[in-house]
Amino acid sequence: MSVPNERATRSRLTALLGRQPIGGLLVAPYVIFIVAVFAYPLGLAVWMSFHDYFFTAPGVPVDRPFVGLDNYVAVLKDPAVRQAFGNIAIFLLVNVPLTVVTALLLASGLNRAVRGLTFLRVAYFIPYVTASVAVVGVWLYMFTTNGLVNEVLGPVAPDPSWLVNESLVMPNIAVFVAWKQLGFFVLLYLAALQNVPKELYEAASVDGASRLWSFRAVTVPGVRPATVLVVILATITGANLFTEPYLLTGGGGPNGASTSPVLLMYQRGIEQGNPDTAAAIGVLLVLGVGLLALANRRFVRGD
Amino acid sequence: MNPRRTVIAAGLVAVCLTATACGGGDGGGDAGAKENTATGPIKVWLSNNEAEIKWGEAMVEAWNAEHPDEEITAQEIPAGNSSEEVIGAAITAGNAPCLIFNTAPVAVSQFQKQGGLVSLSSFEGGDDYIEERTGEAAEQYRSEDGELYQMPWKSNPVMIFYNKALMKKAGVDPENPPLATYDEFLATSQKIVDSGAAQAAIWPAPSSEFYQSWFDFYPLFAAESDGQQLVEDGEAQFDSDAGQSVADFWSQMYEKGLSQKEAYNGDSFADGKAAMAIVGPWAISVYGDKVDWGAVPVPTSSGAPAEEVYTFSDAKNVAMYTACKNRGTAWEVLKFATGEEQDGALLELTGQMPLRQDLPGAFPEYFEKNPTYTTFAEQAARTVEVPNVPNSIEIWQTFRDGWSESVIFGKTDAATGLADAAEEVNGLAGQS
Repeated sequence: MSVPNERATRSRLTALLGRQPIGGLLVAPYVIFIVAVFAYPLGLAVWMSFHDYFFTAPGVPVDRPFVGLDNYVAVLKDPAVRQAFGNIAIFLLVNVPLTVVTALLLASGLNRAVRGLTFLRVAYFIPYVTASVAVVGVWLYMFTTNGLVNEVLGPVAPDPSWLVNESLVMPNIAVFVAWKQLGFFVLLYLAALQNVPKELYEAASVDGASRLWSFRAVTVPGVRPATVLVVILATITGANLFTEPYLLTGGGGPNGASTSPVLLMYQRGIEQGNPDTAAAIGVLLVLGVGLLALANRRFVRGD
Repeated sequence: MNPRRTVIAAGLVAVCLTATACGGGDGGGDAGAKENTATGPIKVWLSNNEAEIKWGEAMVEAWNAEHPDEEITAQEIPAGNSSEEVIGAAITAGNAPCLIFNTAPVAVSQFQKQGGLVSLSSFEGGDDYIEERTGEAAEQYRSEDGELYQMPWKSNPVMIFYNKALMKKAGVDPENPPLATYDEFLATSQKIVDSGAAQAAIWPAPSSEFYQSWFDFYPLFAAESDGQQLVEDGEAQFDSDAGQSVADFWSQMYEKGLSQKEAYNGDSFADGKAAMAIVGPWAISVYGDKVDWGAVPVPTSSGAPAEEVYTFSDAKNVAMYTACKNRGTAWEVLKFATGEEQDGALLELTGQMPLRQDLPGAFPEYFEKNPTYTTFAEQAARTVEVPNVPNSIEIWQTFRDGWSESVIFGKTDAATGLADAAEEVNGLAGQS
């Protein structure tokens, strides 16, 4: 074999496997994980959403004809699905800004606190690591008709009460989720705050900036990358809301006012044996969340 | 195109193709006569109810002692949100056991569609055995293809349980509370709430799970319609005079605050928050010592005599799953476990009613010893099951959503709620 040929082969190999083939080997476990846990199920879900599909025992011969957009049409025509997407929009409108503002405020407070720092960090983090089922119990104790909150509010307590009130139930769940996840987002902000140079605060104070002004002019822009992350993560976890409508409001009540798309997917796909329409809801949700995350990124980053 | 990208893209395409290949199953497999005779060890699942496990373990022990070559291994249904979900997943994965002593009739059509159930009619004498044991009531469990894919096993016919102490507090005769007609029931309920004896007269879960209608609408509908099912011959039955009067009754209960629109976290009856509850015979052992209780049939508009009133059966059945290899043994075990001796043991240990003809006549000693169960045993002769139709769970969810909107939350009137739900249910019941 001639030399130029050998070089050509090698360069083709290099082009195929990269200059450091061992690197490929090192990332393989993660790639396999991604393929097995994300790519394959997502691919299957997309496939299912275009077919008349249901789960069967192995070896059962069934016809699974291609049905084009039928599942999507059925799903989009369904008022329950539209209501669920509307519910989740209300949820995100309350939950995401609330999460960002409170997490940032608490993190800046914690960043300055000298005493009891560990205690406070742990206190904020506990709801995040506690099982939803247990925390939902606490929330029920507080927000049912004869719950703690209504006892305190007395005559101004809402009627019907929080969790059976069609206008209040989704905001209530949004506050619950914001509270539950706050610890995690506070940690993200705390880490980001460590990276804001002290000199900037000193310079601001030399220029005569008030505390509030230096928060606005130094802290907020300083943690912007963290804010992008917080907004996107809160949007994604929020759009996948399931446990709260499942447990807190007894399957999306009152009257479907707290049904989320994922709860509907569970009902349709798992309970009722229609994984094809459930997959169509799932694909729509993935697309929606993807677009929302892109928009968030552009908007918060300011590019 | 960059070659490395090509490799990645090709990999992804391969993954998607595998996905689709896995998605479409192939091959054959039919329950033939030959398959039905294989014998050997089998696995069974039991419900995770303590008393039933006790019964199951004793049953397995008795069988294994006589059949060393065909041993049963029993375990509880693995944990999950619901048994139906776990069983559905096991069917798909091909690792369901031979028999599950906790198969919900509502899920049978779905399991059957999944190819997960063995027709019990395909066994020699299968239909005869089931019909002889259960009588006419067995017909309710027959699938649309005319075969039986479930063995009617035990029922929990529901009745109205009431708390005598709270009735007394409300100024109602605790030994004979007027609860037979809707008017009586409403008046008694009003007294309970007005007197402050309890927060609610009766507190069925107002939440949206598909099965909740089995414990508010369905028993009363069964009674009012003299034993009609939700769907018969592919047609919704509830958009009728009977359905309408049941819906009107519950609408009034909610409107007047006699039933609460918010779910109670816990057991409202045990906690004294509600003076009545719709329960099956399991309640006797649960409330037995805690509450001084009485039981009456569910009300009807005209106050039909107790011995004519139908109710919801709340049955759990046994089914054989296609993953089972030793079906011959499984069938023998099924007969053994539903024989008179084991049925007696089940009644003794769990207080649940074997789905047998003339129950009080079959176990006279038991009912003499436990007279409180007699009422339920008599009621067990007049029960209505959930319809065994395609899309059964979806039908119940549709009904529940309509009920929730109209009867519980009063967004539309009950007539519109029932009519809209009936139209949708007719569409679903007509599909295969």
